[in-house]
Amino acid sequence: MYRLSGVTKEYAHGAVLALQGIDLDLPDGEWLAVRGPTGHGKSTLLQLMGGLDRPTRGTVELDGSDLGRLSEAAATRVRARSIGFVFQSFNLIPTLSAVENVETALAPLGVRGAERRRRAAAALAAVRLADRVRHLPAELSGGQQQRVAIARALVKEPAVLLADEPTGNLDEDTRDDIIGLLESVWRERHLTMVVVTHDSAVARRAQRTAVMRDGRLAIVPTSPDVGALRPGADAPG
Amino acid sequence: MFWTYLRRELRRRMRQAVFIALGLALGIGLVITVTSAATGVQNAQATVLHSLYGVGTDLTVTQPPKQGAGSGISFGFKQQIKQVRSGQIAAGTKINDNELQNTQYGSLTAAQLAAAAGQEHVTAATGALSLTDITVTGTVPPLSAGSGTFSSSFTTSTFTVDGVDVAHSSPGPLSSAAVTAGRGFDQADATGDVALADSGYAAAHKLTTGSAVAIGGTNFKVIGVVTVPQGSSPPNLYIPLAKAQQLAVTGSAKMTGQVNTVYITADSASNIPAVQEELTKLLPSATVTDASDLASQVTGSVGSAASLANNLGKWLSVAVLAAAFGLAILLTMAAVARRVREFGTLKALGWRSRRIVGQVMGESLAIGIVGGAAGVALGYGGAALIDKLAPKLSANVGASPAPTTVSGVTGKLAQQISSAAAHTVYVTLTAPVTLSAILLAVLLAVAGGLLAGIFGGWRAARLRPAAALTKVE
Repeated sequence: MYRLSGVTKEYAHGAVLALQGIDLDLPDGEWLAVRGPTGHGKSTLLQLMGGLDRPTRGTVELDGSDLGRLSEAAATRVRARSIGFVFQSFNLIPTLSAVENVETALAPLGVRGAERRRRAAAALAAVRLADRVRHLPAELSGGQQQRVAIARALVKEPAVLLADEPTGNLDEDTRDDIIGLLESVWRERHLTMVVVTHDSAVARRAQRTAVMRDGRLAIVPTSPDVGALRPGADAPG
Repeated sequence: MFWTYLRRELRRRMRQAVFIALGLALGIGLVITVTSAATGVQNAQATVLHSLYGVGTDLTVTQPPKQGAGSGISFGFKQQIKQVRSGQIAAGTKINDNELQNTQYGSLTAAQLAAAAGQEHVTAATGALSLTDITVTGTVPPLSAGSGTFSSSFTTSTFTVDGVDVAHSSPGPLSSAAVTAGRGFDQADATGDVALADSGYAAAHKLTTGSAVAIGGTNFKVIGVVTVPQGSSPPNLYIPLAKAQQLAVTGSAKMTGQVNTVYITADSASNIPAVQEELTKLLPSATVTDASDLASQVTGSVGSAASLANNLGKWLSVAVLAAAFGLAILLTMAAVARRVREFGTLKALGWRSRRIVGQVMGESLAIGIVGGAAGVALGYGGAALIDKLAPKLSANVGASPAPTTVSGVTGKLAQQISSAAAHTVYVTLTAPVTLSAILLAVLLAVAGGLLAGIFGGWRAARLRPAAALTKVE
């Protein structure tokens, strides 16, 4: 479970205030969509939740562990074991094949040769890319590359999946395919999922939607069985 | 994963990797070539020094010649010139003057030799005489107005003779010689009129075992022919020291019981400086020379080649190597800068900085090793080229007696006489690629790769994942 308390992030010695006093509780297995205009702090929030950066003030707790206070090595271990990332521009290693790209997520866990290869191939099969394991990223379409990236994020069976604009570089048909894929893995694996998106179609599938504006977070319910405005949260602007 | 990633990355950056490897190869190849050439020059110098010193000699002791003693003109001939001028010898008189002269060095007494032999750390000390046999023949020309030039009227022939201690051949002039015909000296020859001929001189003058040769006015029988290693500058003939002492003169003075060169062997290389210091104290007017002193006196193309290898070659190698290292570092850092997104992603996936640094260093090392291998090949090529193209080197050792003018005898005649004392040695330059040169190349390649990897890795390690990923956006 994520618990963010009073999270503030400043850049340039306080000249830029990216996040202002964010409070958020995110139970295990929940899907949160974060929307908002460009440059209002969505990606910064995702980075703090992924342990890629530290808040200037406040705490980001994952299962009771404050990611902001962990050493670099400990934060790296948390990322390696518990958090999967999906990026807008896929961020695949261009020289490695699809299966080798997926293997990069298992390498820091010490999974060896054949076992690593087997698990990576299975992960690719799960995203319907069993016939593309040997292909280089440049030989795959955008949708296929994003599916490789999703397989890479999921192969280590993380508790959390953080996706930053996962459909941002895709056409409409491919976008639907990727959203469907994310939704199915979320349901099957009971992942805690945070998806930063501009896309209302993506946001509609999430249990809750948060809106970032000027570094402040407002949460709105999008699914009748889960969401409700958190007490004290600002209304979306 | 490490090897797959490394291989694929190098393949992606093939052109850059080849460029870096070639730069390193050039630097390393140059280092090997220069090192090999320097080894070749050292070998050539050692050959020259051995020929002058003899195997087993650590130090030589010589005495500078007394002022005016080493003119190279036979004392008898000088006297005859005076007699011609005073009218005691008439024009048309035939002159045939033959003397065994000590022209190069001053003399050392038997007591001085014994004192040198008695020094601490001295295991052997052998005396010898380096001499020149000078024969002047001709007919006295008519003198006009009391002056004239004699040189055109006389023929001078010279050859070099070493008087050697037959009881102690090493250290000494014969220590590196091998008998190719007849026999060498034995104790019974100590006072005999017997000689050994150098093979080159014997061939040129058709001397064989049993031939007779006149030395200092005495007939000697050649009992053997000896050869010395290539590059040596041996005397033309060797005779027993005792006989040489009987016949030799310094100016007009006999050299009975005297030597002009003492060959010293020290008990260990580390004690050579101490022995040299003691001998210098013991014989303050003498010149005590060790191998390095002698090497510094070597002139000619061997000296030039040594200077070229040690100075220009060394600095050229350093410059090219530094440029190659700099290039490798800059290109590696540039490659890391281009891969910020890649490394940021890997950090997001849980790759530790150490692993990423290891990956960058692995890639740099691989390039370095390829460059090193290519450099070794280039180095072998360069060394082979030197072997093939290098001219014969000459080494001139020891100052020849200065040309002199004595009572109307021009410098030409004096030069003719003194030339026999000059040590000019010809050696073929080779460039042997030694194991140490190869090891040096491998070390340099690894160092070049490591250095580039360290800088590149350092840059990669400093990347904050969030910042790296932000750049992507």
